[in-house]
Amino acid sequence: MNFKLKDIGPQLITVIAVVLVFGFFTYNAQVNMENRGIDFGYGFLSQESSFDVQFSLIEYDGSHSYFRAYLVGLLNTILVSVIGIILATILGVIVGIARLSPNYLINKFAAFYVEFFRNIPLLLQIFFWYFAALRALPLPQDAEPMFGISFLTIKGLFVPAFIWQNFNIFFYSIIAAIIAIIVIRIQAKKLQETQGKQTPVLFISIGLILILPLLSFLIGGVRLSFEIPVLKQLATTSFIYEGGVSLPPELIALALSLSLYTATFIAECVRAGIQGVGKGQKEAAASIGLTPNQVLKLVVMPQALRIIIPPTTNQYLNLTKNSSLAAAIAYPDLVLVFAGTALMQTGKAIEIVSITMFTYLSLSISISLLMNWYNKKIAITEK
Amino acid sequence: MSKINFLKPDKSNLNTFLYIGSFLFFISVLDVLLNSFFSLNITGFLPGFISFLLPLILGFIGLYFIRIELSGIKQLDLLNKHINTNNFNAILSLLIIFIILKSIPPILSWFFVDASFAGDSKDVCTGSGACWTYIKVWMRRFMYGMYPNGEQWRINLSFIALALLGSVGYFATDKFKKYLTLYYVVIYPFIAFLFIFFFISGGPVFFDFSYGIIAAILSLIIGFFIPSKFKFYYFLIVPFALYVLLKYFIFFEEYIELGKLDGLNWVETGAWGGLSLTFIISFFCLIFCFPIGMAFALGRRSGFPLIRYISIGFIEFWRGVPLITVLFMSAVMFPMFLPADFFIDKLVRCIIAISLFEAAYVAEVIRGGLQALPRGQYEAAKSLGMGYWRMHIFVILPQALKLVIPGIANTFLALVKDTPLIFVVGLLEIVGMLNLAKTNPEWLGFAMEGYVFAAIIFWIICYAMSKYSYNLEEKYKTDR
Repeated sequence: MNFKLKDIGPQLITVIAVVLVFGFFTYNAQVNMENRGIDFGYGFLSQESSFDVQFSLIEYDGSHSYFRAYLVGLLNTILVSVIGIILATILGVIVGIARLSPNYLINKFAAFYVEFFRNIPLLLQIFFWYFAALRALPLPQDAEPMFGISFLTIKGLFVPAFIWQNFNIFFYSIIAAIIAIIVIRIQAKKLQETQGKQTPVLFISIGLILILPLLSFLIGGVRLSFEIPVLKQLATTSFIYEGGVSLPPELIALALSLSLYTATFIAECVRAGIQGVGKGQKEAAASIGLTPNQVLKLVVMPQALRIIIPPTTNQYLNLTKNSSLAAAIAYPDLVLVFAGTALMQTGKAIEIVSITMFTYLSLSISISLLMNWYNKKIAITEK
Repeated sequence: MSKINFLKPDKSNLNTFLYIGSFLFFISVLDVLLNSFFSLNITGFLPGFISFLLPLILGFIGLYFIRIELSGIKQLDLLNKHINTNNFNAILSLLIIFIILKSIPPILSWFFVDASFAGDSKDVCTGSGACWTYIKVWMRRFMYGMYPNGEQWRINLSFIALALLGSVGYFATDKFKKYLTLYYVVIYPFIAFLFIFFFISGGPVFFDFSYGIIAAILSLIIGFFIPSKFKFYYFLIVPFALYVLLKYFIFFEEYIELGKLDGLNWVETGAWGGLSLTFIISFFCLIFCFPIGMAFALGRRSGFPLIRYISIGFIEFWRGVPLITVLFMSAVMFPMFLPADFFIDKLVRCIIAISLFEAAYVAEVIRGGLQALPRGQYEAAKSLGMGYWRMHIFVILPQALKLVIPGIANTFLALVKDTPLIFVVGLLEIVGMLNLAKTNPEWLGFAMEGYVFAAIIFWIICYAMSKYSYNLEEKYKTDR
């Protein structure tokens, strides 16, 4: 046995300290709850919530349970995060590439954008868009139609809704196309490695993903129609659009500010990634006779992505966590619905805050596990 | 003169192309310029769509004509190289020039020309521009929150004093340079704490403040006579011990007597606010999160498995949750974890929560620096017979911290940008005050001015910080 006091001592002290602190907290919590007559438990989740939420993706009203309210909040958080992530990625990649442009004006414009938006607190930006910029939009009755089908007003964005018939067949056709593409890719790679033959994988993939869903329209009986929002008068001066999908102004302000803010960080990641690929790599690839497209696809991008993806995923996580600022402008996300309204109604502080934290924690830990797996997969294997 | 081929500008007809090209380019820019500054439309006789696109087309053709490689004219070559390399770049450059030209007049008129500066009521704000009168009237609230007007000199005085004390490092001679770390790590935060909590907070406890100053000065003076071997431990313990001694044992009687006398008015932390609160919170969180983060970074790299797992758990927990839920926790959940008669001030709870939260991020940044050091550094230090703490303090940490200056600066920037979130617990720093002012019935409708004002302030603070970190990085850059 090579147990030494020197090794055990510090660990023991730390563990005892941690246990003491936690014990102190739990003991106090028990005493406090006994004094106030609160009982600990998660049974309240199945009780009737009796509060309403302005905007929800699933059917919900006051007669549903608290668990349903939690789901509403969680889905709203995921919705705004996904919208934000898509917009931020598009904008960030464009700005990141623009930062590397030899064109002086474009370069400075992109640099100005990055320096401007990332040095202003996100909360301030959200407030700005919600309370100042979006308040300047027209009333529903004065709104100009965009492309004749959607309306951007002070009460939100109204866009047409898709109405599907036999949606599942369409869905299966897309799944089938994706599976076929994966199989073809594997085959093409094998063919390239064994016989050196190149297959135009990209064209086949685009063709498949276009043709299979199209077939589902022609043969499978899938029908798609649009429901265009129509102006409706509620009272003499109050108008609203009916039909279609309505996105509340809170969602627009939040998604806009989250993506504008996060795009600056993604732009920097993209820039660092592309700059990180050595000049020699490009020159070497060109000198063995690869075309510029092949250089980009086979040499630069794989190496750049290896640098870009880890910090970018971190930014996605940050965006998801920052979406909790929704509480400041009353967008019904997880924090507002559950840690706000539900907490006020039930008074179960410990349970609700712990569920909220656990949700965010599991979200980010699962993404970071995925990231670690991906990192390991693409890491350069050194000999 | 050779034949002119308009589809292929080349050097042989340099002047022709140069004249035509720059004329067209000039016309297109002039059109947009007149349009945006004087609302004149010199191409108004054309149909709307063409009139709208004409500057772009003219400018594009102009730039196409002057795109001549190696023309021999220095300015032209420079222009071609920077904004006019190919058709695509030319169009983008033109668009950016037009956007800038178009956006200058409305911005200028909103900010200055049509804006109202004078007066002290809403009536003067009739123009279409910004109402800076609103900012002027509410300035004290934006800077000091609900802090009583008559007492605001206390905040000013404290900040000036702390700034002066903080700049000591610039004037220190070489002889005192070695004490600077100690000063900034132990004594300065201590004095700052005394200033904030006894001078700005005020009340009879004000006299604590004088004890603190006496204790600090006394311990400094005695400190010179202490052998350097014990100096570290001396400054770790003695100032605080002196303070306690002075407060509870020596001046105890007088303390009660003086407290009843004419002290400073007590201002509760709920009334603090505005930009000064942003500074106070950022300052303390900066000071606290750094050592905590360093400890957990070392813990995560520790050889003891239990300490390592505890550190990993701590770091991943705080990094996984949003700050707003942490503040929620400090507001509604944390009081449940304390004895019923034990009360911690809202502001202190906030500072603890933000410090722990940011400490996790600092820890990850420092860990990056520790991992980036080559193993040889550790081995060399060990082979000199250094123990764990000596090795880290004298060899590892100085190098690792140097490496991660940009990362730490980013974390600190994030901290400053996160301070507005304290609205969750009801503390109103500048953004919170803006939201309060905007709902005042006498001053409705000036949200934009308020947010622009706060955005400018935050932008200046953050930009200055990032530039300063860049300077630090350059200053401490050492080749290896």
